[in-house]
Amino acid sequence: MARESGEAGALKSCEVRKRTKRKSKKESKSRIVCSNVAYERARGAEEPHKHYANNKIKTTKYTLLSFLPKNLFEQFHRFANVYFVFIALLNFVPVVNAFQPVLALAPVIFILSVTAIKDLWEDYRRHRSDKEINHMDCLVYCKSQRRYVEKYWKQVCVGDFVRLRCNEILPADVLLLSSSDPDGLCHIETATLDGESNLKQRQVVRRFLDLDCEFDPTKYDSVIECERPNNDLGRFRGYIIHRNGKRDGLNKENLLLRGCTIRNTEEAVGIVIYAGHETKSMLNNNGPRYKRSKLERQMNIDVFWCVIILLVMCLFSAIGHGLWVFQYGETRPVFDVLGPEGTDLSPALSAVYLFLTMIIVFQVLIPISLFVSIEIVKICQVYIIHQDVELYDEETDSHLQCRALNITEDLGQMQYIFSDKTGTLTENKMVFRRCAVVGIEYSHDANARRLAMYQELDSEEEDCLSQGGTLPRRDSASSHQSARVVLRSQSTKSHRRTGSRAEAKRASILSKHTAFSSPMEKDVTPDPQLLDKVNDCASQMEFMRLHAQPLTQLPSELSDIIDFFVALAICNTVVVSSPDQPRQKVRMRFELKSPVKTIEDFIKRFTPSRLTSGSNSSSSSSLATRSSAPRAGSSLLSSPSAEGTLLKLEEENSPGPLEGSFRAVPAHSVSEEAELRYEAESPDEAALVYAARAYKCALVGRLPDQVTVELPHLGKLTFELLHTLGFDSTRKRMSVVVRHPLTDEITVYTKGADSVIMDLLRPPTSDDTKGKRQRKTLYKTQNYLNLYAANGLRTLCIAKKVLSKEDYAAWLKSHLAGETAIQGREELLFESALRLETDLQLLGATGIEDRLQDGVPEAIASLRKAGLQIWVLTGDKQETAINIAYACKLLDPEEEIITLNADSQEACAVLLEESLHYIRSKFLCDAPEQASRALQDDPSSLPVLVHRLGLVIDGRTLAYALDSSLEDRFLAVARSCRSVLCCRSTPLQKSMVVKLVRNKLKVMTLAIGDGANDVSMIQVADVGVGISGQEGMQAVMASDFALPRFQYLQKLLLVHGHWCYSRLANMILYFFYKNAMFVALIFWYQFYCGFSGSAMIDQWFLIFFNLMFSAFPQLITGTLDKDVSAETLQDRPQLYMSGQNSEEYKPYMFWMNMIDAFYQSLVCFFIPYFAYSDSDADLFSWGTPITSLALLTILLHLGIETKTWTWLNWASIAFSVALFLAIALFYNASCPSCYPPSNPYWTIQRQLANPLFYLLCLITPVAALLPRYFYRACQGTLFPGPVQVGRQLDRLPPEARRSASGQTKVTGGHHFAPRPPLYHIPGFFCNHGAEGYKKREAPTDSAREGAGLSAGITAGGGWGPDAPRGGLPPEVDTLLHSQGEASDGRLYANAAVGPSGFSLADRATPPPPFTQHECVPLTPSATCVQRAPGGEGLGLPPSTATRPEGGAVTSTADSLETTLL
Amino acid sequence: MMASSYSAKEEDGHHSGAPGPGGVNAKSRKPDNTAFKQQRLPAWQPILTAGTVLPAFFIIGLLFIPIGIGLYVTSNNIKEYEIDYTGVDMSSPCFNCSQNYSWNSTKPCTCSVAFSLDQPFESNVFMYYGLSNYYQNHRRYVKSRDDSQLNGNLNSLKDPSKECEPYRTNDGLPIAPCGAIANSLFNDTLELYYNDPNGTKIPIRLVKTGIAWWTDKHVKFRNPVGDGSNLSAVFQGTTKPVNWQKYVYQLDTDPDNNGFINEDLIVWMRTAALPTFRKLYRIIEKQGDATPTLPRGNYTLLITYNYPVRSFEGRKRMILSTISWMGGKNPFLGIAYITVGSVCFFLGVVLLIIHHKYGSRSNNADIAS
Repeated sequence: MARESGEAGALKSCEVRKRTKRKSKKESKSRIVCSNVAYERARGAEEPHKHYANNKIKTTKYTLLSFLPKNLFEQFHRFANVYFVFIALLNFVPVVNAFQPVLALAPVIFILSVTAIKDLWEDYRRHRSDKEINHMDCLVYCKSQRRYVEKYWKQVCVGDFVRLRCNEILPADVLLLSSSDPDGLCHIETATLDGESNLKQRQVVRRFLDLDCEFDPTKYDSVIECERPNNDLGRFRGYIIHRNGKRDGLNKENLLLRGCTIRNTEEAVGIVIYAGHETKSMLNNNGPRYKRSKLERQMNIDVFWCVIILLVMCLFSAIGHGLWVFQYGETRPVFDVLGPEGTDLSPALSAVYLFLTMIIVFQVLIPISLFVSIEIVKICQVYIIHQDVELYDEETDSHLQCRALNITEDLGQMQYIFSDKTGTLTENKMVFRRCAVVGIEYSHDANARRLAMYQELDSEEEDCLSQGGTLPRRDSASSHQSARVVLRSQSTKSHRRTGSRAEAKRASILSKHTAFSSPMEKDVTPDPQLLDKVNDCASQMEFMRLHAQPLTQLPSELSDIIDFFVALAICNTVVVSSPDQPRQKVRMRFELKSPVKTIEDFIKRFTPSRLTSGSNSSSSSSLATRSSAPRAGSSLLSSPSAEGTLLKLEEENSPGPLEGSFRAVPAHSVSEEAELRYEAESPDEAALVYAARAYKCALVGRLPDQVTVELPHLGKLTFELLHTLGFDSTRKRMSVVVRHPLTDEITVYTKGADSVIMDLLRPPTSDDTKGKRQRKTLYKTQNYLNLYAANGLRTLCIAKKVLSKEDYAAWLKSHLAGETAIQGREELLFESALRLETDLQLLGATGIEDRLQDGVPEAIASLRKAGLQIWVLTGDKQETAINIAYACKLLDPEEEIITLNADSQEACAVLLEESLHYIRSKFLCDAPEQASRALQDDPSSLPVLVHRLGLVIDGRTLAYALDSSLEDRFLAVARSCRSVLCCRSTPLQKSMVVKLVRNKLKVMTLAIGDGANDVSMIQVADVGVGISGQEGMQAVMASDFALPRFQYLQKLLLVHGHWCYSRLANMILYFFYKNAMFVALIFWYQFYCGFSGSAMIDQWFLIFFNLMFSAFPQLITGTLDKDVSAETLQDRPQLYMSGQNSEEYKPYMFWMNMIDAFYQSLVCFFIPYFAYSDSDADLFSWGTPITSLALLTILLHLGIETKTWTWLNWASIAFSVALFLAIALFYNASCPSCYPPSNPYWTIQRQLANPLFYLLCLITPVAALLPRYFYRACQGTLFPGPVQVGRQLDRLPPEARRSASGQTKVTGGHHFAPRPPLYHIPGFFCNHGAEGYKKREAPTDSAREGAGLSAGITAGGGWGPDAPRGGLPPEVDTLLHSQGEASDGRLYANAAVGPSGFSLADRATPPPPFTQHECVPLTPSATCVQRAPGGEGLGLPPSTATRPEGGAVTSTADSLETTLL
Repeated sequence: MMASSYSAKEEDGHHSGAPGPGGVNAKSRKPDNTAFKQQRLPAWQPILTAGTVLPAFFIIGLLFIPIGIGLYVTSNNIKEYEIDYTGVDMSSPCFNCSQNYSWNSTKPCTCSVAFSLDQPFESNVFMYYGLSNYYQNHRRYVKSRDDSQLNGNLNSLKDPSKECEPYRTNDGLPIAPCGAIANSLFNDTLELYYNDPNGTKIPIRLVKTGIAWWTDKHVKFRNPVGDGSNLSAVFQGTTKPVNWQKYVYQLDTDPDNNGFINEDLIVWMRTAALPTFRKLYRIIEKQGDATPTLPRGNYTLLITYNYPVRSFEGRKRMILSTISWMGGKNPFLGIAYITVGSVCFFLGVVLLIIHHKYGSRSNNADIAS
């Protein structure tokens, strides 16, 4: 009874709220949801959820009735459509009409209906898919039947209870109330929402977790108050009010979002909170993006010019007509017909009427079909890009996606590329490379060798693939080691690609559900030394435990090592699962099933009695001993204040839970360990967990309140997880608070960026040896960190902290306050995390290799040769970024690097000023020559000379530099540098940089990235490219194009971008020409018909000329024409510059085309004119040949402009002619008395029987096209553009071509390993006064002795703490690093080019001959040779690289010459 | 580590109906490797350089010049004689007629022009009347007709199209044929006499049928069908065009050339393309192989001057012409062919020079730049 009354009360409150809410007219900021089951539907009007959307979704725009008006309304938003309708309607005015009114409507109706049909089809597709979705089934609790019944999705309402089974898709946003999982968890896969394939855990609302029996909807009586529907997937706030008035907070962990899939959970029940269009996924659903391309903007200007021309022509005709009428004066000639009313029009009035008539007659000049044609062509282009098999990635089974359909041609005009580093340039496949624990570096040589082995394996044939059905051996590394040692040749690149794909695919097949788990990442080969220590340590611990010795007596180094690996294993959010079977519910139950959430929890859990349950073991024998040992220590910790009550609790509870908690672990769990999948949110985490597993410290289970780790000798240890302080980009770290099962101490493990962690460490106590040791450790670790970073590794520091119970209690209090706060929760939690993460004790550091993606250096090299400026914006630290930049050839060892690290705005200003000054003084001497050339290329960019300079700027300085007072100076510096690297930049900064460059320099920008942090940058840029990599789909969702890999950008831009641009540019120009030429014919005729607006071209032909007769060939050409072959475009990236400089479509070209059009129309008009002058030819007997001639001329003109003739081109041209003839024949034969006023009965038939017609057809096109043809021929010979030369290259036989382009090919074999050797370039910055540059010794031959392994490995060997060779002493490094700007000096990295290191030789010797010309495109090869020695003039030390380079150029030119002659 | 916040949106708003991402949809999305989809269709890629287009220019040149010469010769073989009888000059025999005559005058005015042919016209001779400065192609003029009426449609006969305005009705009666074109029908009568050396005038037989297109005469233009063969009965209830002297059924006595199918009307209704035009008026058929159609000698053209052109400074001409396969005399096309051919040839030579001088340079392929 009490329950019922309470229920009623809750409902009443629900209603009251509801009523008040309605009163406030939905202004309330919250939504109230109560159960539909409990609610009495009889009260009809008071239905609480009636204002909430139901779950029926309707994404269609139209209904059957509203389609026509709504669609038309939308189409008329386009100005062009309004214009054409206006013209068509004008035709209905008798005074001015030129055509049959109905006929004049045809083109407009055609255009509108094409668009309408497209819309209708899309809408129908949406409708069908809506219907499909709306009719999906789900189980909804039915009150009358008192059970769950199947209902359609669309019948689900807010407040309904739904039961979800495994692998079902969520029909709405559901608050999780119950789960079959004993821990109240529910796993969901959010791939459809954000593309992340890892499982995520959601939790049952806390109070419902306590229910012992199954959840019963009829007993549910709480009211939920939560925020109104919004589109933030990552946020959900609200609280649930129980009958007894208690409130529980709700957060996003309790909400299951529509569209997600339930996984690994047999059953879950929840209440619908948001339904249908109010679900978060639907609210997130924005339409496709609409951008206007540069080409289209330019086109619109010319459309505007067309309008001007049209008006001028109309005005001219009108005036002409006025004069013509005027000259007859009062005596009206017989042919000047009076108006319909028999009224005589004054010359002025008839001129005005004629003006309008002429607009109708000349309407074709405004290319009505251009807009439609462009859209069709773009769709075709997108389709073709989609189909490119070279842009398909087998590993992820994804190909390029064009998400923005209308900016394909922008791809051909890019000038700046802004790239993210991680995941974009690199694979975002984190591979554990090495670590330093307590100041000792473990170089993991074997691991490095293993990684190298993968690459070698890749270079071999894919024979593994054939046998690949079997599971990969876990020790694949060792088996690979037995494989023959192949000296990696530099030409393995191409093989490698396929190989690595095969390997990756194999891996992805094996672990379908798991991200980041290729064998390369999983199978870490442990460092023997460290492994020994781990084993040693573990056995000692076991020994101690068996002998009941306190663990604190363990040598601190060993305990730190264990701690280090434990931290690696548990300080993360990795979920362990085995996808093939339902999740094993191997766990021991606590009474409390989640991290500590309240003070009571804390008190309860930290009673001495509970301490025992923190540990677990597979063997019952060790149980007793273990539980005794901590008990002794823990009594000290227990808080005295709580003691009394706690003891009581203990007495009550101890027998039951203990029994339950020590369920034995099944024996076969160990064998299953191999099948465990780690599902991490980020690859770094996965890499660390795998690394820990390699050291037998394997994470075997994770639950909200506990993590289980299996340790050697010790078996499974369960850490009670008290808190997880998640990663955020401000703190740059994450922590877990656990209770250590062995020591029973409350331990905080923190993992984070080294710069952050280092500041948070407990300052070593100064005097004693321990302090000294600590300091030394710190010092050494810092050195190693620098080394790692210099080697391009991602560094992380691992630290821990042991909390006293009192401290913990104190912290907990504030933390809980933060957690339960409804407002400002995030801030409070953030502060509480800051409070906890102090006084840390450093455990060690890890270096994770983020492998460079395949082909990145090649892609960057060729993109750069294409004249693209590449800026890398990364959040990584400077050293890492610089080294990655070297590895991917973004920075050249021969370049100087300007580093900007400033502490303040003023310092930044000074630095920028100095750099600017430096650049000027340094490069001005040889500037004039370049300047003159640059002037030719692009006058607008006169002062921009791209020098061989690299700019490195860090986030803080960037923030200063982006200030409006400095941005111009910053840009001035940055644009004169060949490459710019922004490190430590935030997402906002990234987008600000892009915006700055885009707006200030007026250039076309492309941003490419893969992660959520790149989204803003991607959205700001002209073209945003997302990498559909591993870090979710956010970037892809925001992008215009999504690529599977960075290297595909090369083909996308250089080939497809170029093609799309040149195709569209040519098509648009052609369109203007075509229309102008056609309309001009009528214009000339006005001189011979008294400017009366008469047309000798039949109105049908006039109207359908554009739509039908001349439409297809240009579509084919616009879709398929290739000015240069894909191979040549990729071999000769310089060809891309034609797009950058808009060479295919310059403003003057429009006018050239117009002039040509007018000339051609003159020819097409006057040859028939003279041929028929003073003959008995009637209007259309004369006009029909002209139409035919014009069509022929126009088609042949397209023929001249067509570069590639496939059968489709031939067919389309033939089809056009045939179509014209067929329609003309049919039309002229169809009706003897129809089609007034022209009534062209039998005209074309007679013309076809007239030899004169054929004679005209022969001579007119020839005469009309003669100038253009001649011009093209001369141009091809006298001043061929680079594109034409590229086309000539196409013609060469493949061998000759290769010899011509051989030097261009970047022969970088390995993309990452041959990174520059270990010079460290910390905070030096450019100061022209100081000449203190350091020469880096060439790596000794001995460094190569690693039997043909990668340079990185050999260098790695060299970094062992005991054998620092070659590089700078680590101390110096640290100094430089920590002080940064204190040291001036430039480092001429090219000094490092020695003949010995092949990796260097790789980079230095074949800098392709063309790289010299980045800033000066299209110079003849001779200057190339000259310029190379010019490098010496720049003050660069003579480098060995320049000479062979020059030689290469000469030989290139020679070979090409010989082959061509 | 970084993926904690997500701001994803769902593409297209649809959850894919497929139950799960893996397993079911195992089919690879790899694009087909076909020539079309990979844009590798076999193709001809002409490169326009002096060297490659050279032959085309020469071929065109060599082709066009002979054609042009042929055309020119053909055109020159056509005999043509033209008389302007507008009567602008005082000396002109038709001066008086031209001064006095307007559409409203009822009394016919005749004048005769004498001329002589220096050369005999051998084959069939076509007699044209030519008008100059006559804008028969004026937009409103061209529209001003009712094809369906001319096609014999009885409804249109009684209720002509609106396009005929203001020549649609007169005094409440529909005009047949309606419209401005018909209204301004050329109504001069031309007669030709051969002045026999004896001094007698021998009238030359002018055939007035066969001057219109066959399709016009037999398909496009038809008399309305009424009861019986009496045309006047059929046209009952209609009136003549304003400027006409007689009704449409009085145009000729021959029933096959009367009413709407009167060939003079048909020819006139085919509006000329240009303001200077000629229209076929009569045909002088060749009598026999022995005598030329028009022997050399003196002729007289007798004109019944009805058609006023002075108001718009028009000119009226009578043209006698033979025709060839390519129509009437017009040297233009021949000259054009010769010119274009020569230009092509010349440009070919220029290109040859260019090719010789610079062709090798371009092949140098300074793509290296």
